[in-house]
Amino acid sequence: MARSTTTRSKIIFTVIGWTIGFLIFFPILWTFLTSFKSEGTAIATPPQFLFFDWTLENYHEVQSRSDYFKHFTNSVVISVGSTLIGLALAIPAAWAMAFSPTKRTKDILMWMLSTKMMPAVGVLVPLYLIFRDWGLLDTRLGLVAVLTMINLPIIVWMLYTYFKEIPGEILEAARMDGASLMKEIVYVLTPMAVPGIASTMLLNIILAWNEAFWTLNLTAANAAPLTAFIASYSSPEGLFWAKLSAASTMAIAPILIMGWFSQKQLVRGLTFGAVK
Amino acid sequence: MLTRTLLLGAASVLAMASFANAETLTIATVNNGDMVRMQKLTDDFTKKNPDIKLEWVTLEENVLRQRVTTDIATKGGQYDIMTIGTYEVPIWAKQGWLLPLDGLAKDYDKDDLLPAIRDAVSVDGKLYASPFYGESAMVMYRKDLAEKAGVTIPEKPTWDQIAEAAKKMTDKSTETYGICLRGKAGWGENMALLTATANSFGARWFDEKWHPQFDQPEWKHALKFYVDLMKEAGPPGASSNGFNENLALFQTGKCGIWIDATVAASFVTNPKESKVADKVGYALFPTGGVENHGNWLWAWNLGVPAGTKKAEAAQKFVSWATDKAYTELVAAKEGWANVPPGTRSSLYANPEYQKAAPFAKITLDAMTAANTSKPTIKPVPYTGGQFVAIPEFQGLGTAVGQQFSAALAGSMTVDQALQGAQALTTREMTKGGYIK
Repeated sequence: MARSTTTRSKIIFTVIGWTIGFLIFFPILWTFLTSFKSEGTAIATPPQFLFFDWTLENYHEVQSRSDYFKHFTNSVVISVGSTLIGLALAIPAAWAMAFSPTKRTKDILMWMLSTKMMPAVGVLVPLYLIFRDWGLLDTRLGLVAVLTMINLPIIVWMLYTYFKEIPGEILEAARMDGASLMKEIVYVLTPMAVPGIASTMLLNIILAWNEAFWTLNLTAANAAPLTAFIASYSSPEGLFWAKLSAASTMAIAPILIMGWFSQKQLVRGLTFGAVK
Repeated sequence: MLTRTLLLGAASVLAMASFANAETLTIATVNNGDMVRMQKLTDDFTKKNPDIKLEWVTLEENVLRQRVTTDIATKGGQYDIMTIGTYEVPIWAKQGWLLPLDGLAKDYDKDDLLPAIRDAVSVDGKLYASPFYGESAMVMYRKDLAEKAGVTIPEKPTWDQIAEAAKKMTDKSTETYGICLRGKAGWGENMALLTATANSFGARWFDEKWHPQFDQPEWKHALKFYVDLMKEAGPPGASSNGFNENLALFQTGKCGIWIDATVAASFVTNPKESKVADKVGYALFPTGGVENHGNWLWAWNLGVPAGTKKAEAAQKFVSWATDKAYTELVAAKEGWANVPPGTRSSLYANPEYQKAAPFAKITLDAMTAANTSKPTIKPVPYTGGQFVAIPEFQGLGTAVGQQFSAALAGSMTVDQALQGAQALTTREMTKGGYIK
C-alpha cells in the first residue's frame, strides 16, 4: 500500500516538474519557432505551433543586415572580462569578510548590496559625462569597467556565503604548516571553493551577457554587444516578430549552450553548503 | 624574411594611414522599411565619396529616443547624423542641439519639400532636419466588405458615417470586425490617434493659458464615441493593439476599416504580405462636427547634432539621402512603390509614382490638409497635430494614454479616465511652470 502511494506521488511530482519546466522553457521555444516563420505567420491568430512553412529567410536577412560576429565578440569580451576582473577583486574581499570578520562586516556587505538598489537610470547622466570626458563612450574597456562595478556586490555576496561554509580550521592548519597568506588563498581556499567560484562566474557571465541598460546606453557602433543587435530588429512601423526572434535566438544561443554544458557545476554551486 | 616582415609592416602602416584619412560618420536610425532600404543603397554614396565611411546604429524607437537624447543633451558626440521625428526637431533646435542645415547640396531644392513638412522641421525659417519620409493619417477600408454591407464611404467622411459603416461590416461569427483603431497606451500609440480624433471633434489639450481641457464636453464626446464604437465593432483585446497589431489584423482580412498612418497603405497593398492588397479603398481622416481632419503629421528626419566634428561630411550624406536623386535611385533599384513617401511635391507630380502607388493622391491630400501650426478649431498655445510639441508631452501623453487605454479595456469608465487625465495633466503642468 505504502509503496503504491510512493509510485503514484512520484508520477505526480514528475508530471508537475516537467510541466513547470516546460512552462519556464516555453518562451524560448516559442522564440525559436517564430524565428522560422514568415512575418505574416508569426503574428497570425490563432498561432501556428509546428505546422507552418519553415523558412530560413529571417536568418538570412539578419546575417546580411548586421555583423553578428562583431556583436558576439563584444559580448564575450565584455561579459568574460568583467567577470574575471570582478572575481580577482572579490575573492580577497570575500576571504577577509568570511575568515576575519569585524563588527562592521555585515554592515559593509549590506552597504555593498545597497548600491544595487538605486535605479540605473538615476546615474546615467553623470556616468555618461564621466565616460565622455575620459573617452570611454562606445569602448569595450568602459563597458567592462561598468559591468564589473555593477556585478561586484553580487560576486562578493555569493563568494562570501560559499567561503562561510569552509571550516576556518583548515586554513588555520595551513597557516600552522607555514603557508603564506597568498599560498593559503591560492592553494587551500580556492580549490575547496571551486564549485562556488565556478557557479559565481557562470552566473555573472550570464548576468553580464544579458545586461541591456548600460550596454545599450554607453555604446554606439564599435562596442555594441548582442543586446544592441537584438534592439535593432524591433520596428515601430512594419512587422518584425520573426526577424526579431531570429536575432534573439542567435543572441541567446551561445549563452544557452554554455549554460547547458555547465549546468552540473551551476546546480552544485548554487546548492553548495545547503545540506551539511 | 626580414625584408618581407619590413615590407609587410610598411604596407600595414600605409594602410593605416589611408584609413586615417577616411572620415567615419556614425548614423543613428530606426528599423523601418525605408531606413533599411537606405542602408542597402549606401554603396552609391560611398562610391561618390570614397573618403567617407558609414557606420550604422539601428535601435528600437524608444531606445533610440532615449539614447540620442542623452547623447545630445550631454554633447557626447557619439553620432554625426540622427534620425529624429517631427516632435523632437523644433524642441531640440530651440535648445541649440541641432545644427541648421545650411550646407546642403546645391540641387537639394528646399522649395520642393511639402510645405507642411518643411514647416514642421524648420525654426525661424531655417531647416534643422531634412525629412526622409513623411506621413499623415487616413481611412483605409475594405471595398468588398463595404459593398457587401451596402455602405459607401465618401472621400471626406464624418465619424458618424464611419461608425455606421463599421457596425454594418462587423460579423463576429467570421471574426470580421468593422473597425480597428489603436488602443495600446503610449504618446506615439493610442494618443496619436486620440489626439487627432479629439482635434476632429473640436477638443484641445490646453486652453490659451495652458489649462488642461479634459473636463470639457468635446473630450468627453470624442472619448465616449471612440470607446463605444470599439466596443461594438472593434476586435477583442483592442486595448493592446498598436500600429503593428492592427496592420496584421487588416492584412489578414479581419478589419473592415482601419484609420492610421498613411504609410500603412504601402504595406496593405503589397500582395506579398497582404491578403487584401487589391481590395483597399481610402478616405480622408474623419471629421466630427467641425472642419478639422485631425491634423496628423509625422516625418522621420535626418538631423545633424551640434556636438559633431564632421558637420560637412554629415550634411553631404543628408543631402544624398533626402534629395530628388535618391528617389530615382530607389525607383531604379526597387521600383517606384518603394520610394520613401510624403516629403517632396515632385514625387506626387511624377506619373510613374502615381501609377505604382494608388494611394499617392489621398496621401498628398491628407498631408496637405494637415496644419500643425493651428491644430485645433479653438485657439491653443502649442503647435503639433497628433501630439503637443512640448518636452513634457512624452511623459504626459503616455500617462494619459494609460487612462484612455484602461477606459477601452473596460477597467475604468470614460468619466473616470477623463478625470484621471485632467488631474495628472494639471499636476504636471503646474510642476512644469506652465500654469501660473
